[in-house]
Amino acid sequence: MLRCFILLICINWSGLLWAEEKISYNQHIRPILSEKCFACHGFDAKQREADLRLDTFEGATEASRSPRTIIPGDAASSEMIKRMRSDDPDEIMPPPDAVHRMEKSEIDLIARWIDSGAVYEKHWSFDKPERPQIPKGDFDAWVKNPIDSFIAEAWKKDRLQPSPEADRATLLRRLSFDLTGLPPSDTEVKEFLQDTAPDAYEKVVDRLLQSPHYGERMALSWLDAARYADSNGFQQDGDTHQYVWRDWLIRSLNENMPFDQFTIEQLAGDLIPQASLSQKVATGFQRCHLLNGEGGAIAEEQRNIILFDRVDVTATNWLGLTLACAQCHDHKYDPLTQKDFYSMMAFFNQVPESGVPPGGSQYRIAEPAIPVGTDEQMKQLAQWDAEMKIIEGEEQSLGKTPEFEKSITEAMLSMRARKEIVWLPQSPVKMEASNGVTLTLEGDQSIFASGAQAAKADYVLEIPIPERGLTGIRFELIPDPRLPMGGSGRADSGNAVLSELNIHHGDQELLVKHSRADYSQGSFSPEAIFDKNPQSGWAFHPDVKTPHWLEMQLAAPVKHSATPLKLTLQFQSSHLVHMFGRFRVMLTDTLFPLEEKQFTPEQMVLLKKDPAQLSDAERNQLRTMMRAADPQGLLAPVRARKMDLKNRRDALANSLPKVMIMSDAKPRKTMIYDRGSYEMPTTEVTSDTPAILPPMAADLPKNRLGLAKWLIAPENPLTARVQVNRYWQHYFAHGFVKSAENFGLLGDAPTHPELLDWLAVEFRENGWDMKKIHRLIVTSATYRQSSKVSPALLSLDPENRLYARASRFRNSSLILRDTALRVSGLLAPDLFGKPVYPYQPPTIWDSLGITKERDFSYPQSQGADLYRRSIYTFWRRTVAPGNMFDTSARRTCVVKHSLTSTPLHALTTLNDTTWVEASRVLAEKIMRQSTDRAQWPALAFQAVCQRAPDPTELGILEKSLAHSLAEFQRDAAAATQLLSHGAAPRDVTFPVTDHAALTHLCLSIFNLDEALTRQ
Amino acid sequence: MNPYLHQQQLITRRQFFSKSATGVGTLALSSLLQNDLSAAPALSMNPLDGLPHLPAKAKNVILLWQGGGPSQVDLFQHKPGLEKLRLTELPASVRGNTRLSTMTASQSKYPILPALKPFRQYGKSGRWLSELLPHTGSIADDLCFIDSMHTEAVNHAPGVTFFLTGSQIPGRPSLGAWGTYGLGAMSQDLPSFVVMTSSDAGKTCGQLFFDYYWGSGFLPSKYQGVRFRSEADPVLYLNNPAGISRNLRRSALDDIAAMNQHHLSQYGDPEIDTRISQYEMAYRMQMSVPELTDISNEKTELLEMYGPDVQRNGSFARNCLLARKLVERGVRFVQLMHAGWDQHNNLSFQLENQCRDTDQPAAALVKDLKQRGLLDDTIVLWVSEFGRTVFVQGNIENERGHGRDHFGVGYTIWGAGGGFKPGHSHGETDDFAYQVTKDPVHVHDMQATLMHLLGINHEKLTFRFQGRDFRLTDVHGKVVQQVIA
Repeated sequence: MLRCFILLICINWSGLLWAEEKISYNQHIRPILSEKCFACHGFDAKQREADLRLDTFEGATEASRSPRTIIPGDAASSEMIKRMRSDDPDEIMPPPDAVHRMEKSEIDLIARWIDSGAVYEKHWSFDKPERPQIPKGDFDAWVKNPIDSFIAEAWKKDRLQPSPEADRATLLRRLSFDLTGLPPSDTEVKEFLQDTAPDAYEKVVDRLLQSPHYGERMALSWLDAARYADSNGFQQDGDTHQYVWRDWLIRSLNENMPFDQFTIEQLAGDLIPQASLSQKVATGFQRCHLLNGEGGAIAEEQRNIILFDRVDVTATNWLGLTLACAQCHDHKYDPLTQKDFYSMMAFFNQVPESGVPPGGSQYRIAEPAIPVGTDEQMKQLAQWDAEMKIIEGEEQSLGKTPEFEKSITEAMLSMRARKEIVWLPQSPVKMEASNGVTLTLEGDQSIFASGAQAAKADYVLEIPIPERGLTGIRFELIPDPRLPMGGSGRADSGNAVLSELNIHHGDQELLVKHSRADYSQGSFSPEAIFDKNPQSGWAFHPDVKTPHWLEMQLAAPVKHSATPLKLTLQFQSSHLVHMFGRFRVMLTDTLFPLEEKQFTPEQMVLLKKDPAQLSDAERNQLRTMMRAADPQGLLAPVRARKMDLKNRRDALANSLPKVMIMSDAKPRKTMIYDRGSYEMPTTEVTSDTPAILPPMAADLPKNRLGLAKWLIAPENPLTARVQVNRYWQHYFAHGFVKSAENFGLLGDAPTHPELLDWLAVEFRENGWDMKKIHRLIVTSATYRQSSKVSPALLSLDPENRLYARASRFRNSSLILRDTALRVSGLLAPDLFGKPVYPYQPPTIWDSLGITKERDFSYPQSQGADLYRRSIYTFWRRTVAPGNMFDTSARRTCVVKHSLTSTPLHALTTLNDTTWVEASRVLAEKIMRQSTDRAQWPALAFQAVCQRAPDPTELGILEKSLAHSLAEFQRDAAAATQLLSHGAAPRDVTFPVTDHAALTHLCLSIFNLDEALTRQ
Repeated sequence: MNPYLHQQQLITRRQFFSKSATGVGTLALSSLLQNDLSAAPALSMNPLDGLPHLPAKAKNVILLWQGGGPSQVDLFQHKPGLEKLRLTELPASVRGNTRLSTMTASQSKYPILPALKPFRQYGKSGRWLSELLPHTGSIADDLCFIDSMHTEAVNHAPGVTFFLTGSQIPGRPSLGAWGTYGLGAMSQDLPSFVVMTSSDAGKTCGQLFFDYYWGSGFLPSKYQGVRFRSEADPVLYLNNPAGISRNLRRSALDDIAAMNQHHLSQYGDPEIDTRISQYEMAYRMQMSVPELTDISNEKTELLEMYGPDVQRNGSFARNCLLARKLVERGVRFVQLMHAGWDQHNNLSFQLENQCRDTDQPAAALVKDLKQRGLLDDTIVLWVSEFGRTVFVQGNIENERGHGRDHFGVGYTIWGAGGGFKPGHSHGETDDFAYQVTKDPVHVHDMQATLMHLLGINHEKLTFRFQGRDFRLTDVHGKVVQQVIA
């Protein structure tokens, strides 16, 4: 008996062949040829050796070739077989230096196939799935729905039988994990065990499908596919607000949005006519990519990397195709050309994006992005936008008045007799700084800052207005040996960031029309001082040792008065201690000449003309120019209102999360890149889908919306299959096609092709109803089997690809954490919202804090936010949460789970505060349930595993509790320590020793294989 | 079939049959639970079938990653002619159209800055090295210098990723992951692939080390490097929570194992068995890691050999010492990531600091391994993502504020032990330490060579992912036979 098992399992699954079976190209021959021959004799013409292709009947049987490679019906005379069997190193194929060898059994198989006519078949997954006949089988009494008939049909060969149905407690636990990611509650277990109704099971399924936690559970794998994270990745790893999209995802799954709509909204929600805010947010799917903002990163290169990623994520997630392999050359195995790759890329190449995120703040969100608020907030924004239109209208008409005409003429005259601006130093009559910084006046009327090395500070200066009035303000930065690096700023680097400047005269806020500086550090330009964003500002690194100046022209001149001018210099950016060290304030009353740099040379010619000599056309041109320049500040009041409105609008908009979304606002040409390098564009292509697949319907637009509709068109052979395969994987750890990411020629052949197709058609023809498919699977008898496995079945089918039992696998680490929280009662079950920061080793992000540009200490949450479900944990792309092991890296699209077992995982669930605290709180819950110590082991086990322990287990648990009781009685200090983990308050009415011993037992139970496993 | 899966199935089958002889569930649990380390199975990994492909010269690898790009001009490549050309323009004919970083690509002048300090000859081999590297000089006869390294990358992250994973874009398995995947583990109570990081004391350089530098890419995640940190828990969650003693933990693990064993007898799933051993190994790691990171038992002379910095937890010197201890305990790959060589504008003072921090410990490690007879089968590779330009970056007048830019066209690394030819120099650059003039060695060539020394044919260690057989060297790489002893 044993020997027979060995024989069977030595055979590769996809090549499993029985003597009586017909040899199929797709199932038996193509896997061998594609692995060992097609790299040199396949689809990619550029790589093709000897101009011979073996992937088509025409190529392999070409009559003009002598000797003929394949002669159908005559293997012995076929050159292919001769070469494969040759032992001459010059003749043998594959050649001796190739990675792969032909096995004799494989050559025999190919020979039999040639003898039987060498019939090629189209690759199975490129044909549209048709609904197959449901087989009539042997297990009619067992079968609950068509899934079971197909599964049982595949058992015939091995004469397998179904495993018995799992016991009810196990079933409920399995279902609850699979559909909500949480274990059932005590009440739920009790109710189900007592429900004798014939549809008790179906009722539970329906309840769980309606649970708000269903969306959270189902979102997990979609987040992996979408490479979702809460930060950009790379150095500085700026945070994002993509969580709004994550919430969209959970909500859509809970509402059971049909998969076709789900697809359209995520790929092209913005292109739907009258797209709603929610539909725009949905396109955040395509903006969850990495963003590289490292110094020196070339934006166009990064933009192309993002585009490549979008093609990959779309092809992998919807089509199960490795289109990414065709970026540099035609695909080596699949009939996908480089042109296909770039034609797909063209769909995504119209986004008004630069490729890199902005710098300068904790949040680095790359356009296009939209603020997303409540209905009320969005209404307010819309209202302000309308008001803005009115004000802009006023501004326009003011620019047409005779008075304005006069100001133009005067400006031109002053242009002709231009004056230098005279700056005079002006000492403050009063100066103050916050946070312990001291300002002192030096002999040269400059101001020197000393005192506390405050992280942030404001300087407030009061300065008299000169007698002839005021038109501008200037700061001069003076390097000083007393300051770091001999610079003029107080930061270690000698730098400073002036984040905001407020200028007041009495109650009136004075606006600045122009600002300029002799030097600015990158995007830290003078304009950034007046953007109401304390994170941005003006700075001058690395040129810190040179004197610098910053000049501001007021929007309208100010007349002299006794009230002094009040300047508030804010140094509030995230760049700590970046404030002026030594500087001087200068004022001027000179009327500023028009800023020459705002005019083109042609305009300057116009400006310098004699006003009397102007033609009408020239006069009109001048009006437009001058409205921008506003030489006498006539438009200043209306512009002040405009600015005020804009500030209010921006303040609200800035307070809202900003979600990166898709847009086609920037049409671009798309080129094929030689060897995949964006620096080597060759031929232009237009948006299109891969040629091997059915074409887009003629009435579909050739944009993302058309692409999305093509994906869910009934002719598309892949989308439905790829999805149902992944749904199956959700419940059985692997799909019928094990390579869930690859349905191409090198992908695994489906173990149950008919069932896969039946489910795909069922999905497509039932309105792409996701919950319906999930319900179908979990109500099947196949799903309801026990996962216990006999030695015989294990050796026959070690991976459970025949499904004569249920699958058994460790829960994902995210769910393990949720389980500990739920069982102990700590879980805060609220849905949605900003990411939270539960327990992590406090130094988890420290390695990122290599510069002082940004604080990377871990901002651990407090209160309920410590106990939210794992899906809401802030996911930093560069350093994933330490206790969420074995997860996808969230860098590229991943559609298969990793299920490894390492000592590091054990250390996590044994030692992390999360589990220790949950054990402590669970212990309290149990002690509250019963004061009888003898009851505790069974209660604790029941709480975690949702079943009663058997006598053997109870014996071990009792002994364990007795042992730790003795230990903690001996060492009371240790008991107190064990009860000190985590922030949840302890109920001090319980004796320390009891509580510690039971905590310890609960921790052990959380670490049982059964507790970690969904079985 | 995917070779990894195949291997897993063999293991599963082996476990199954070994057990079925006496009935499932009676596996000698006691052998797992007793404290005799030698009885435990190797930590999670076995070699792939058919590996090693060829006789291995080395079993272990220690990478001394010199992040940022040390200057080959100042340290390794003796170009006496440059002194006369100080401040003169680097001839355009030499510069050619080499790709430079955006930081200097638009510089209008490229004045030559010769080596900061004099060079002298060391050892019997007479190798020229900067006076800044006296300790490296003292082991020159053990080292094999490659003076003709070249890379495709011009910036740090892509450069490091390229050398360590074979691609400039993150996501491929790292060298150490490939190695442990192919060769399996030797240690029974430590991970097979350990990473430690350090940076220059002043943190002037600002290079981050991303975890994909030691990631497993598409290989199973158990092959990724385990980072030992310099904090209280060298490995995340290593220590028992306060209040749980080692004895109490032991008894808890015994109880967990007994429960799991009972469960295994009912469910028959070999994964339960794997879980039992992983918990056991976790326990061993809890003991072996603190023992490893504790240096109080090392002899004073030995500590002095590594230099005063060895006393500072998290220093490069301390990590070098720990690297030796790790290799001694059978850890196959040790990757020390040191940051601090990115001297764009502080070369004149930082270069010396860096040499002081790294020269002595690196040399001490080689000596220490040699003294213990470990150098023969341990590769020590002193390596970086690129070198630096011979011309100055920034204002040539401003000595305190200038430096050199990234330069991957021709630079120097060295290897020792594990089959590297001792006292040897391979390849050359021109008189400007710029273009390679003899025996160029590409990053993929070096990867192929390292694998060769480990007994791996780099073309044959592949993994199928998304329809392609990936390997470390992509479709390139030639073993550099001339550097092999």
